[in-house]
Amino acid sequence: MRIPAPVKAVLSVIVCAVLAFVYIPLIIVVINSFNASQSLGWPPQSFTFEWWIRAFSDKVALSALGTSLVVAACATVIALVLGTLASLALDRFEFFGKEGVNLLIVLPIALPGIITGIALNNAFTTMLGMRLGLMTVIVAHATFCIVTIYNNVFARMRRMSGNLRDAAMDLGADAFTTFRLVTFPQLRSALLAGGLLAFGLSFDEIIVTQFTAGTGVQTLPIWIFDNMFRPNQAPIVNVIATFLVIVSIIPITLANRIGGKAATGVA
Amino acid sequence: MTESSGMAISLRGVERRFGEVAAVDGVDLDIAEGEFFSMLGPSGSGKTTVLRLIAGFDEPTAGTIELAGKPVHHLASYDRDVNTVFQDYALFPHLNVIENVEFGLRVRRIAKAKRRQLAREALERMRLGALETRRPGELSGGQRQRVALARAFVVDPKVLLLDEPLGALDKKLREQMQIELKDLQRNLGITFVFVTHDQEEALTLSDRIAVFNDGRIQQVDTPENLYSAPATEFVASFVGTSNLFDEQAAHRLLGLSGTYTIRPENLRFIAAESGRPGRLSGTVRNRMFIGSSHRTIVDVEELEISVLEPAGSPNREIGDAVAIDFNDADVRKLRTDGLSAA
Repeated sequence: MRIPAPVKAVLSVIVCAVLAFVYIPLIIVVINSFNASQSLGWPPQSFTFEWWIRAFSDKVALSALGTSLVVAACATVIALVLGTLASLALDRFEFFGKEGVNLLIVLPIALPGIITGIALNNAFTTMLGMRLGLMTVIVAHATFCIVTIYNNVFARMRRMSGNLRDAAMDLGADAFTTFRLVTFPQLRSALLAGGLLAFGLSFDEIIVTQFTAGTGVQTLPIWIFDNMFRPNQAPIVNVIATFLVIVSIIPITLANRIGGKAATGVA
Repeated sequence: MTESSGMAISLRGVERRFGEVAAVDGVDLDIAEGEFFSMLGPSGSGKTTVLRLIAGFDEPTAGTIELAGKPVHHLASYDRDVNTVFQDYALFPHLNVIENVEFGLRVRRIAKAKRRQLAREALERMRLGALETRRPGELSGGQRQRVALARAFVVDPKVLLLDEPLGALDKKLREQMQIELKDLQRNLGITFVFVTHDQEEALTLSDRIAVFNDGRIQQVDTPENLYSAPATEFVASFVGTSNLFDEQAAHRLLGLSGTYTIRPENLRFIAAESGRPGRLSGTVRNRMFIGSSHRTIVDVEELEISVLEPAGSPNREIGDAVAIDFNDADVRKLRTDGLSAA
C-alpha cells in the first residue's frame, strides 16, 4: 500500500505523540526514583541511590512484593490446570449448552472488578463462612486468570489439525500418550503466553484484591496505593514502580517472542 | 457374502448416522489381503466415513467391521492393525522428519537404536534420507506426502488406509506419486484402501473399486468391468463419460425397454456417401479436439450424444446432419433399482 507523503508525516507525528504520552510519565517515574529531593521537585537538582537502598530494606514493601508473587504464582497454576482442561473439553466434545459454558468461562474478565469483588466477598464470608486471607485472594484471582489460559489454549486447539490426535492414536498412542507427545507440545507456547498474561493480570490487580484480602494480607499494588500519597514514602513508591517496569518488560518480551515463534511453527 | 476368511477387511451392514442423516447406509464390503482397493465417489458419498470407521476414528451406529476375521468395531484406533495416511498428512509440526516417522515405533516402546534404524530405512525407501532433521513446515507437499507414507508403513501394518492422499498435489506430482504408490503397495505386499473422488486415479491404481453414492455402494468391480459394464446410471456417468438413454429415450431411439448406456468411443459416424441410414441421426452441435481424439456433441432429438473418434477422422462442421452407428454388444443395460442417482 502506498501512503502519500503528507499523510505519512501526519501519521508519524500522531504515533510519536501517542508513544510520548504513554512513555514520558514512565520515564519521569524512573528519573524520580533517583531524585534527591524528597518532595520530588522538578526538574531534579541532584540524584541519589538512597531511595533504592531504603526501598530494598523496607520490610513491609518487600513482604507485599512477596505476597503478590505468591498470589500471582498460585492463581496462575490453578488457572493453567482448570483453563486447559476446560478448553480441551469444549474443543473436543459437543454437548447441550456448550456456547453458554463458553460464555460463562470468559465472562469474569469482562466483569467490572468491583462486581467480582463484592460477589466473591459475599460468597466467601457469608455463604462459605470463610475468613478472608491469602487463600481467598488466590481463588478470586484465579477466576479471571483462567480466561487468559482458556482463550490462548482454545485458539491454539482451533488452529491445530484435529487429525494430529487421530494420527497419534492411529500410530498406537493411547489417549494419555497422545496428550503427552502431541497435544501438550502443541499447547506449550500457548500455555506459557497465557500463563505470563495471567501472572501479570494477578500481579497488578487491586480492586478484587481489596474485597477478598481481608486485613492481614497486603499485596504490592495495595501497598503502593496506601503509600503513594504519604510524602515521605513517595520516593520509595517510585523505586518500586521502576523496579516493576523493568521486571515486567522481561515476561512481556518473552511472551511476544514465544507467540511469534509459535505462529510460524504451527502453520 | 457371509464367508470372510482370507479377507483383510470385512464390513457387514455398516451404518453411520448423524442424527437423521445416514452418512453410511448399509455397506457390505470384502477387501482381500494384498489388494489395492479404492473407494470412489463424490464428496459426501460416505467413502471417507467408511475409511474412518475402518481406522477406528468413528464408530458405526450399526453393523460389524472385521480385520483379518476378527471383529474390531469396538476397539480404539490404537488397538487396530491398520494405519492411515491423512489428506492433510497430519505430520506432527513440533517433531522433525525422522521423529515423525519414529512416532509409531516410539509408542510401541521399541529401543531407540532399533527404531532409528527402521525409520531411516523407511525414509530411504521414500528417497527422503537427506531430509531427516527438517521440520514438516520446511517440506514441499510431495515430501510431506512421502513422510506421511513412511510414518504409516514403518510400523508394519496389515492394511494402509489412504484418505485422498494426492488431493493436495499438483497434476504432475500427482501422476508421479500414483506410480510410487502402486510400486510401494506391490513391494510391501499389504492391503491398500484408497479413498478418492478422482475416477481416473481410481481406474489407474486399483485392483478393485467400490463406487459410492449417497452412503451406499453402487458397484464393486475391477476397473475394466466398471468401465465396460457399469451397473447403474450413477456409475456409468461418474466413471468416464457416458451417453445415457432413460426409459423413454431407449424405447424411442433404441427400441429397448429399460435404461441403457453407450460409451462415446463405441459410437461412430457413417460416411455420408455410403448412403446407409445409421441407427441414430442428428445434428452436430460442437466439436472439440482433445489431443488423441475428437469429441463431437450431436443433438439427437432432445438428447445430447457424445461421440469420440480418433484424431485424424474426417472433419465435421457444426450444423452437419450425421448418422451414427454402434454394435449391440456395446449397449449396456443399467440397474434401476432405486440405488442409482437421479
